Amino acid sequence: MPMDVKATGAAAVNARLRKDLGFRGLVLVLSLVATIPLLLILIFIIVRGASSINWQFLTELPKPIGESGGGISNAIVGTILLILVATVVSVPLGVIAGIFLAESGKTRLGTVARLSVETLMGIPSIVIGIVAYVWVVRPMGHFSGLSGGLALAMIMLPVITLSTEETLRMVPVSLREAALALGVSYPRTIMKVILPAGMSGIVTGVLLAVARGAGETAPLLFTSFGSPFMTVDIFKPMSSLPQIIFYYATSPYPEWQTLAWGASFVLLVIVLALNIVTKLVTSRWKIQF
Amino acid sequence: MLGGIVVSVLLLAIFLSLLLSSRPALVANGLRFLTGTEWNPVNDSFHALPFVVGTLLTSFLALIIATILSLALAILMGEYFRTGPFASIMRTAVELLAGIPSVVYGFIGLFFLVPAVRALQLALGVPPYGVGILTSSILLAFMILPYSASIGREMITLVPADLKEAALSLGATPSETIWKITLPYARSGILGGILLSLGRAMGETMAVTMVIGNSNGLTFDLLGPGNTMASLIANEFSEAAGDVYLGSLIEIALLLFVISTLINIVGKIVITRMAEGT
Repeated sequence: MPMDVKATGAAAVNARLRKDLGFRGLVLVLSLVATIPLLLILIFIIVRGASSINWQFLTELPKPIGESGGGISNAIVGTILLILVATVVSVPLGVIAGIFLAESGKTRLGTVARLSVETLMGIPSIVIGIVAYVWVVRPMGHFSGLSGGLALAMIMLPVITLSTEETLRMVPVSLREAALALGVSYPRTIMKVILPAGMSGIVTGVLLAVARGAGETAPLLFTSFGSPFMTVDIFKPMSSLPQIIFYYATSPYPEWQTLAWGASFVLLVIVLALNIVTKLVTSRWKIQF
Repeated sequence: MLGGIVVSVLLLAIFLSLLLSSRPALVANGLRFLTGTEWNPVNDSFHALPFVVGTLLTSFLALIIATILSLALAILMGEYFRTGPFASIMRTAVELLAGIPSVVYGFIGLFFLVPAVRALQLALGVPPYGVGILTSSILLAFMILPYSASIGREMITLVPADLKEAALSLGATPSETIWKITLPYARSGILGGILLSLGRAMGETMAVTMVIGNSNGLTFDLLGPGNTMASLIANEFSEAAGDVYLGSLIEIALLLFVISTLINIVGKIVITRMAEGT
């Protein structure tokens, strides 16, 4: 009788151990499945995209259907200008709002402001596009790079604000107290002590926001709209990388799809490079006190 | 002070201008807007139901797929491989997945997923569209899983080690510990992460527009083409003529804004509760 109990007990334990091993295997397999798209995207875009990259591709304008060659220089310049407009608008506002949240986030206005920023973060980007259309495109009467830049600014703003707040919260109170004890005024303490101490975190936030803004397509569809010409005038319609990927990828012409692969490669290089630089900045200059 | 006021006013201004710009449509469409099934610009008949259904179908289907995969990722990164080279490779992979622009996902979806789904549809003997609700859901699942996976990982690492050690010392296998101790403990935080990724799925536009087929009728057929609120706006907004047509599209945007904001707020509250509870 005791032998029996022992035998069934051992069998039950073995079954449980097998189950454990099975579960571990399942977790591993499912995790690898989840990363398949990353591999597909990286491999295909590097193989297909890199082969269509050359000097002409980066410096020429798109050509009409039927003619081979042509480039995406207008989209590269457009993306840079849109991001520039968005950064100029969103960085000062975002950092100021972040300082406010870190300094007086516990007040009633602080609570409202934090809820607003978190809500802004969750607004679908296409809705932001409509808002920029209503605010800028409709009054001006035509599409413009400016409206696209403002749409991207609204998307980047909450990212910058939240990361600024998070960083400034980590600056030790003793630093602030030391400055105030020396008789430095409060605004000067913020400008000369707290902001410099949190600089790396703020830079990280800005880079992440730029990476996010650079890849956005939806809010640009009816703001910067796109343009086949080279333009540096932000009051005119403007082309951008995500947008030409959208138009060329969904077109039936193989020449245009090749352009889309190349443009995807350029966009991916920009976005992933920003992500990697961000990682380096955080690990190198992490605040340590 | 100024910063706080600016962001609060910005949010208010966004909401108000959506409301004001959709006024002609709010008046013309009335409450039937939410229950009617026809979307026909030719006779000024605008109803949101097909797109609300399309958005909910794609988002929830995507959520089911993404939850299974991201739970596996969260357990892998939070329990099995916390440190070491494999752990950092996986973590970097998840971060990169989150960083890839949605239009690139759409492009890859057109190239791989659409033919794959078409083959599946041929095998099942249904019309081989390739594009459709199933295709967009699978694509969406991969796009949102980095968010729920990284929040899930954080929540799993928050589970106190002595609880897990107690279970292990009583003879529970590691997987039993995960199922009976870790996951129940981290449940609400993981749920919050899932809700946040649901909010993302609902607002996602470009990738969905490229693979959903954009057909404007009410449909519950997962294998057929459909449309979502966001993708309808992307398709028709720049061609919309007339106050009511444009206003109706803005009304859809308002609806999308309200739904995704509600989901986000609930998700945030759940996560904050969890983080404060430990």
